[in-house]
Amino acid sequence: MPKHEPVLLKNMLQPGYTGSLAEYERAGGYQALKKVVGKVAPADVTAMVIKSGLRGRGGAGFPTGVKWGFLPKDYQGPKYLCCNADESEPGTFKDRQLMERDPHQVLEGIALACYAIGSETAYIYIRGEFVLGSRILDKAVAEARAAGYLGRNILGRGINLDIWVHRGAGAYICGEETALLESLEGKRGLPRVKPPFPATSGLYGKPTVINNVETLANLPHIVNRGPEWFASIGSPPKSAGTRIFCVSGHVKRPGNYEVPMGVTCRELIFEHAGGMRGDKPLKAFIPGGASAPFLTPDHLDVKLDFESVAQAGSMLGSGGVTVMEEGTDMVWAALRLMEFFHHESCGKCSPCREGSSWLVQTLRRILAKRGRMEDLETLVQLCNNIAGRTVCAFGDAEVAPILSTLKYWRPEYEALIREAEAQRAHELPMAAARH
Amino acid sequence: MLREKYKTEIEEILSRYPVKRSALLPLLYLAQREAGYISEEAMQEIAGLLRLTPPQVYETATFYTMLNLKPVGKFHLQVCKSLMCALVGSDTLIGWLEKKLGIKSGETSKDGLFTLSKVECLGACGTGPMMQINDDYYERLTEEKVDRILADLKRDGTSALKTGPFMWPEPNGAKP
Ligand code: SF4
Ligand code: FES
Repeated sequence: MPKHEPVLLKNMLQPGYTGSLAEYERAGGYQALKKVVGKVAPADVTAMVIKSGLRGRGGAGFPTGVKWGFLPKDYQGPKYLCCNADESEPGTFKDRQLMERDPHQVLEGIALACYAIGSETAYIYIRGEFVLGSRILDKAVAEARAAGYLGRNILGRGINLDIWVHRGAGAYICGEETALLESLEGKRGLPRVKPPFPATSGLYGKPTVINNVETLANLPHIVNRGPEWFASIGSPPKSAGTRIFCVSGHVKRPGNYEVPMGVTCRELIFEHAGGMRGDKPLKAFIPGGASAPFLTPDHLDVKLDFESVAQAGSMLGSGGVTVMEEGTDMVWAALRLMEFFHHESCGKCSPCREGSSWLVQTLRRILAKRGRMEDLETLVQLCNNIAGRTVCAFGDAEVAPILSTLKYWRPEYEALIREAEAQRAHELPMAAARH
Repeated sequence: MLREKYKTEIEEILSRYPVKRSALLPLLYLAQREAGYISEEAMQEIAGLLRLTPPQVYETATFYTMLNLKPVGKFHLQVCKSLMCALVGSDTLIGWLEKKLGIKSGETSKDGLFTLSKVECLGACGTGPMMQINDDYYERLTEEKVDRILADLKRDGTSALKTGPFMWPEPNGAKP
């Protein structure tokens, strides 16, 4: 069925592939590392990644090589690389598969990034719940070290690199770059005020790069096959390469599909994921994880690349595509996501901490048929007073479900409120006054 | 106590970080592994090991949902209730578990075997409804599967229905 060649999932699609070092090597693994370490100048590796057009796969989509370039050039002390494996965005489950099924691909990516930025220590910050993933990575690190790909004097070429797996302990916000650093330093995972940016003052105050798992997994392939090859996939120049889209919700075949960026939502949902479960009509979908605004069937021909999705009023985010069939209660859906955000707000900023609680309470009231029309205005006002007024992007993320469902399905909110009003009209005046 | 029992492991953990405090989460996990939860004494001992004040340890420990500051049952069942799992039936699953175990979410069964919790997204949204039991994931749950898992846990302390290295959809695409 796939018309394209999967890159990141290629090995694991081979029957019987276990992801051991021997099998990864047989599939061409660690060739990229051998090709560049001590042979190609680190700056040239960075230049190659810039030329490829690779952008971060974690959510923000920042150009990877450019990010590396922000590290101070002549800095002598230690620099760090953190692999962001804190996959927690509802709707997203791709990094887990990359780490559990082909861990060496991720490690080789980390090693290449460390070589490019001149770092001798990398931490894989993995969400605490991924116990199996952390064990698999630990084992892979030991294998790679024994084979001379990691540790002192890699491949006998005078380069050192240690990789450590560090388990988080259940906090969504630790996927935010600076919260991740705080957490790794043994503190509460509260985002830091930027600037300073991690590139100049990151882990332990040292220059630090934070890259997502999928981003790093792309590096061996860019080195092996060249930046031009990578830039020719997808919709370059802004959205080069493939993307692993995680499809969840009411489809026949939920799962991870690696496709070139720029395929349409329709193709992903109806061809790759097999279409709607029970063949009910599609009602809504989220194109990029819980932080991305909802879209409607009118957006099915939107291309899944950074620009097109943004133009449609949403974002590509983490690549989590959640599909909802006709009959899904959109006020309920907004509430479910809002409860998530309320639970996960780190509490540092009042608009986010308090606002998320008010949003949940208001939505619950409307859903319980105790709402009033003014509540809709209140919801919008609350959202406007949260977005853009917080330390981290979580504030913008948490208002997305509400604002987008209000935009497309406002009549559903209104119907619930009208029912509430009708009920109140039947109550005795005294009882009504108490509401 | 931890200091004596896990001397080499603690040293190995400390060697990974240039700053001692970074070892805090790994050491809290160690304490939790030892006793099933993190006691006040353990926090004080860890504070001593890392040259932190007890409040510094406490403030970190209370931030993270996976660190239990109170004892939980032998099996901690954590069911994801976030949107993607809810779309495919996690609410029904929670109801089923409550009925089977005779407890409400947030409670522990009388025999101390099971604690049931509702949690937010565990990164298994395409294979919902799902739950985590101690270190393991269980996915694409049905009522029948849940019954088997509970019986397995009671009998053997583990269940063959837990998820191995994750791949979804499976390459042959055949699995329902
Ligand atoms: S926006 Fe929310 S999550 Fe981000 S720092 Fe503020 S309180 Fe924390
Ligand atoms: S929504 Fe349940 S695991 Fe993500």
